[in-house]
Amino acid sequence: MDPLHQFQINPILQIVIAGYDVSFTNSAFFMVVAVALIYALLVFGMSGRALVPGRLQSLAEIFYEFVANMVRDNAGHDARPYFPFVFAIFMFVLFGNLVGMIPFTFTFTSHIIVTFTLAATVFVFVTVLALMKHGLHFFSFFMPHGAPVALAPILIPIEVISYLMRPVSLSIRLFANMMAGHTMLKVFAGFTVMMISGLGAVGFLAGLVPLAINIALTGFEFLVAFLQAYVFSILTCLYIRDALELH
Amino acid sequence: MPNLLAKRRLVRWSGAAGASLATLTVLAGNVLAATAEHAPDAAHGGEHAAGGLPQLNPATFPTQIFWLALTFITLYYLLSKKALPRVAEVLEERQERISRDLSKAASLKEEAEAAMAQVDQSLAGARSEAQALIAQVAAEIDANNHARQAQLNAENAERLRSAEANIAAAKEQAIANVRSISADIARDVAGRLAGLNVDAAQADAAVAAVIEERRS
Repeated sequence: MDPLHQFQINPILQIVIAGYDVSFTNSAFFMVVAVALIYALLVFGMSGRALVPGRLQSLAEIFYEFVANMVRDNAGHDARPYFPFVFAIFMFVLFGNLVGMIPFTFTFTSHIIVTFTLAATVFVFVTVLALMKHGLHFFSFFMPHGAPVALAPILIPIEVISYLMRPVSLSIRLFANMMAGHTMLKVFAGFTVMMISGLGAVGFLAGLVPLAINIALTGFEFLVAFLQAYVFSILTCLYIRDALELH
Repeated sequence: MPNLLAKRRLVRWSGAAGASLATLTVLAGNVLAATAEHAPDAAHGGEHAAGGLPQLNPATFPTQIFWLALTFITLYYLLSKKALPRVAEVLEERQERISRDLSKAASLKEEAEAAMAQVDQSLAGARSEAQALIAQVAAEIDANNHARQAQLNAENAERLRSAEANIAAAKEQAIANVRSISADIARDVAGRLAGLNVDAAQADAAVAAVIEERRS
């Protein structure tokens, strides 16, 4: 009955390396599942190399072109080399979200440490990219063009803080959405169960109400699963654009 | 770029909505969890008692980071080295094939148009040739007709003229005959009725005078 129980990390295989517990857990298992599914979709989908694609190949090509267009439109033409990175982020988050929609699975994107590690990866990648491309000139990013110099003592801290907050907002957005959605599903499902066990036949009828809400929420959750993967990767694209162009 | 702005707004909206939903549901979840506390769920209850949210239990952080790094690096490697180049290859191949087919179709169309123009040209040539031939034949026939008609007209005129001459000669002859016969008759009549013996020359002159008189 505990709606948070679904977020419990359970070890499958105990592994300890250098004093750290890196056990193979349910979370790790579904990460492996997501990677396997993504790779299988692309490899089996494209194995036919058909001129006129079938269903699976169409799906693989749609994902490819969707992300390719996203990178081109939001990060610019110079961002072409970073397309595989954005594609990996998008697919990993999307499949993590979608696999989590299957009952009894685990949603690894509902853990803040996972989304934060991903967001920090994006942050470090983008910052290193900007430093490599612009050198020390990168720090001009924190002083907006055309702003009066007198405002610098206020503007620069604001810009630095907003830049440093990027991984935080990026990770919390995804984690919060996924956890909220899944908790809500569990809470409403719990209502149905409690009504049936507590009120008998009347409860059975009354329990249909939260069930109906749950059905609507499930559809909404699929939308959120896609939307959050999209948001995560489109923000990655925008950060890459900032790193390449510095405004 | 209004599109970009809209996207940023969407991002902000979904973030705010998600955060507020999270707060709400965590509260609701805690209430539920509290009511379910007395349920015989000792094993899990014990774990939860530590921090509530499993997400905030730092003991699980190393394994999650480790496996995330492992799977994500694997995914990135597989995608960038194997899967994505393959997709790109197929898409490029298709693009190439399509543009090749299109250019081939364009060249074929051009060829067909050239052939069509040639056909049109030769058709026009044949038509003008035929027209010239028809005109020539018509002119020839016309000329022929004219010649024949002129010839016939001339022939007719000739015939008419000779017939008229014949008629005139015959008339002259007849008049001469009549004259001699008339002179004879006149001599005879004069001899019988008046008993005059008129000689031939006199009678002839008299008859000629009468004929001249009548003719005029």
